[in-house]
This record gives sequence, structure tokens and C-alpha cells, in this order.
Amino acid sequence: MNGLALVGHQFRYDQKAFWRNPASVFFTVMFPVILFLILGVVFNGEEVDVRGGIEATTYYVPAIMSLAIISATMQTLAMTLVIAREDGRLKRGRGTPMPPWVFIAGRIGNAIVVALMMLALLAAIGALLFGVDIPWDRLPAILLALVIGAASFCCLGIALTAAIPSQDAAAAIVNAMLLPLYFLSGVFIPEDQLPDGVIAFADLFPVRHFFHAFFDAYVPAGGPAVSWDDLAIVALWGIAGLLLAIKYFRWTPRSG
Amino acid sequence: MPEPVISIKGLRKSYGDTEAVRGIDLEVNRGEVFAFLGPNGAGKTTTVEILEGYRRRSGGEVTVLGEDPERAGREWRERIGIVLQSGRLDPYLTVRESLDLYAGYFRAPRSTEDVIALIGLEDKADERASRLSGGQQRRLDVGMALIGDPELLFLDEPTTGFDPSARRQAWDVIAGLRDLGKTVFLTTHYMDEAQRLADRVTIISAGRIVAAGTPEDLGERDVGETTIRYRSEGREVVIQTRTPVEALHELTEKALAAGEPLEGLEVTRPSLEDVYLELTATTEGAQ
Repeated sequence: MNGLALVGHQFRYDQKAFWRNPASVFFTVMFPVILFLILGVVFNGEEVDVRGGIEATTYYVPAIMSLAIISATMQTLAMTLVIAREDGRLKRGRGTPMPPWVFIAGRIGNAIVVALMMLALLAAIGALLFGVDIPWDRLPAILLALVIGAASFCCLGIALTAAIPSQDAAAAIVNAMLLPLYFLSGVFIPEDQLPDGVIAFADLFPVRHFFHAFFDAYVPAGGPAVSWDDLAIVALWGIAGLLLAIKYFRWTPRSG
Repeated sequence: MPEPVISIKGLRKSYGDTEAVRGIDLEVNRGEVFAFLGPNGAGKTTTVEILEGYRRRSGGEVTVLGEDPERAGREWRERIGIVLQSGRLDPYLTVRESLDLYAGYFRAPRSTEDVIALIGLEDKADERASRLSGGQQRRLDVGMALIGDPELLFLDEPTTGFDPSARRQAWDVIAGLRDLGKTVFLTTHYMDEAQRLADRVTIISAGRIVAAGTPEDLGERDVGETTIRYRSEGREVVIQTRTPVEALHELTEKALAAGEPLEGLEVTRPSLEDVYLELTATTEGAQ
């Protein structure tokens, strides 16, 4: 098989393993959907003071999409790669003629496909249950934000594995990093209710910029669809992650 | 004389101040099952991981299938199979899927059905790895190393932690590899495993080779001292001798003449285990 066919081959089996893993299905697919349904039902009819006032449900569609994309990429990769590393599965793979980049490309492909699926699923739920229009004319801007965000958070997830010593620590470290950032970045709590200081702090991290870029792409209420500043910051984080990953990613278990 | 499959000369490996491997030489020939035997921490895994290309050596020369493992590439990896000491499987893929996945990595893999039969998992082919017993998982692990149809197979402590029946099943699979003409480099700390499977055994202790030979003649077991034991008037008598035939003749002649029954008469040669324990005890003690 040539390189690309091999990536496709790897991707097929990564997909099978992903959908059969109850933890990945719950946290990556079910959790964002449940969260969106709860927030949508609780805040249905309320307004958020952003962009001169929009429906809360309209606010939460791109918010939960951002969370779902980060979960499908950074969170899933960091956790599954650490588990595979500590199981010795990465090491076993390195003992075969498969080029290492094929393995990583298969995993990234898997993450991006799941992210796209979550985008479609949340858009459909938003439209059908809460009447949030799908901005079809902004699809190129939405996909641009998704691709830059997904690629960057994949790199960050792979880089993060270097800081996770064991399987048990994986979920704790990833959640300790992301959950506070979701709160501080306006993903869970609308940003009109967050103090300026909190937003300034969240602006130091990529979650807030990605959410902002995604929000601009998805919500037509004024402003250009592409927030180049935010996307550039997300991409810079991604490049930093890539460099760290190249330097520190390891294929052999930390334990033993 | 054909070129050996593995050739090691003066291999050394240090981790900081600790010398794990202190200058070893060995050769493995095509088609043989070679057992690298030693207690935990003797340097077995370090050595095998240098041969597999996972670790860099500190000194010495290593050739595996004509190449230096530190510089060998994809072509070389097409020709070897590796079973790691502690490698778990993807719990969510079935036996067949795991093998198919790995088959895709090689240019000319064996057929998946063929390998399933070799490892005796026909009944479990569509079972997920998480539902296999420990012994079955290990056999699948061996299957994943065999799927590329390698010339040389590394097995690092393939049966550690197994119950007796799982060990026996794994042994049957390994014994089957010899019939396929594979060269097998097996590390183990079980004597009976080496004795049962290997054509040649080399014992490593504290980073040095302390004995090498066939399971029969290892540590001069075939020419070493024989022990004769019997009871005389309630006391145990032990005779150690290098000439057991003469000693026995003399003993039984006297006994017959004196009408002594030589209760509990026993003639034993040192077992491989005795040899192993003695060899590894002296070097470990010298540490």
C-alpha cells in the first residue's frame, strides 16, 4: 500500500475502535449533545447581550460546537494516545514497516471526521428543536474555522501526551485543563455574564479564540464571518503544539 | 558457512552509571530457536530491544539480518516480527481485525486465516481482544508478529505470568514456528521453557554471558559431577563423582558382598535448573 492508502487503512480501524469504545462515544458524542439539550431547554427564550442581543440558544450552538470539536480532537487524541502508548501498542506499531506519520495521520483523520459529524449533529438539533437557523452561506467560513481549529487542537492533544505520565492521569489532566477554560471562555456561561478580567485571562489561551472565531463564523448578527485574528492565534498555538509534539512525543510506555 | 541471522560482538549498554550489558558476544543461526535465559534485571530485555532497533547501544557491534538495527529501515522491518514483553492489544478490535490491520502494514503478509489457524484461535476469530483470556491474548500478540511472514521473530518473555495450561498453549505455538523455518530469539527466565523450546541456550547474568550451549550440555551438565545417594544404617550417604560407572560398580559390588540393601539408592545428574541457579547465583553474588 502507498502512504495515502495506508492512512485510509489505519483510519478504517481507528473508526471501528472509536465507535466501540463507550468512553469515547459518551464523552465525545453524547456529552456535548446532552449539554446542549440541557442548556437549550433551560435558557430557551432568554437573550444574551452579545452582538446587540441574540437568543441564548443561538449563542449555545457555536459554543457547544467549539466544545465538541475540541473534545473530538485534543481530548480524544490525548487520552487514546496515552492509553495506546502505555499499553505498548504504539511501540508494537513502531516495530512494523508502517511509517509513524501514517499512524498519526489516521488518528487525526478520525478526529476531524468525528468533529465534522458533531458539527452536523449539533446544527441539526439547533435547527430542529430550537429554531436556530443554519447559516448555509457561511459554510466556507465555518469549515475554515473548523479545519484550523481541529488541526491545531489535534497538535495540542498530541503534544499534551508528553505531559501525561499514565493512563490513570490522562482524563484528570485533560479535564483539569479544559473544563475551567470552557467556563472562563464563555462556552458554558454566556460571556456577557463574565467579568472583563476573566475574559482577558481566557484570551491567553486558545479555547477562547477558537470559540470566538467559530462564533463569528456561525452567528450572522453583524461582523465578518472570518475572524482572522482569532484563527491566527489558534493556528500559532497549533504550531507550538506541533513543535512540542515533534520534540517530546514518545512511542514507548513511560512505565517500564 | 552461511551468515548468522544475528551476530553480536562486545555489546555494551549503560544507563547513566549502571552497566546493564557488559560486553556480550553471541550468534544466532538461521532456523534455530535461540533462548536467552536469565533472571529479572540480567540485561535480557535491554539486549533484545537493541536487536529490535528500539534502543541504542553504548558499544560493540550488532548485525541483525545483515544490517545494523540502529540504522535499519522499512525493508528490514518487513523481515522481522516482534512480540514485546508487555504489549496489550486494542480491546475494541476482534482477533481478525487486529490481524487485518497489521497485515496492511506489510508488503507481502501471510493470510489472516492462516495465522488464525497457526495461533489456534479459529473459535475466537470474531471475538474482541478484551474478551480473550490472557493466554489467548498472548497468542494473538504472537499472531500480529507473524502476520508479516517474518524470517526472524523476537519473543520477549512470552509466557511470564501465565498459568500452566496457557504456557503449554503458547509453547505449542512457538514450537510450530520452528517447523515454519523461522529463526526465533526467545528471552525467558524459565528454565523449563528454554529446555523445552530451544536448540541453543545462552545464560546471561548481571549483564554478562555465564554459559552457552545446548540444553543437554549447558554448564557441562553432561560431563559434570553425578550425585549418588543412599541410606546406610539410617544415615544418608552422598557421593559426588565424575566417574559414576566405576563408583557405582564399586559401591554395588561391596553392597552385594556385605548383603547391604542400599536403601533409597538414587543416581542424579544436575538438572538444567541446578546449573542455572548455580551460575546465576555466583555472578549475582559477585555484584
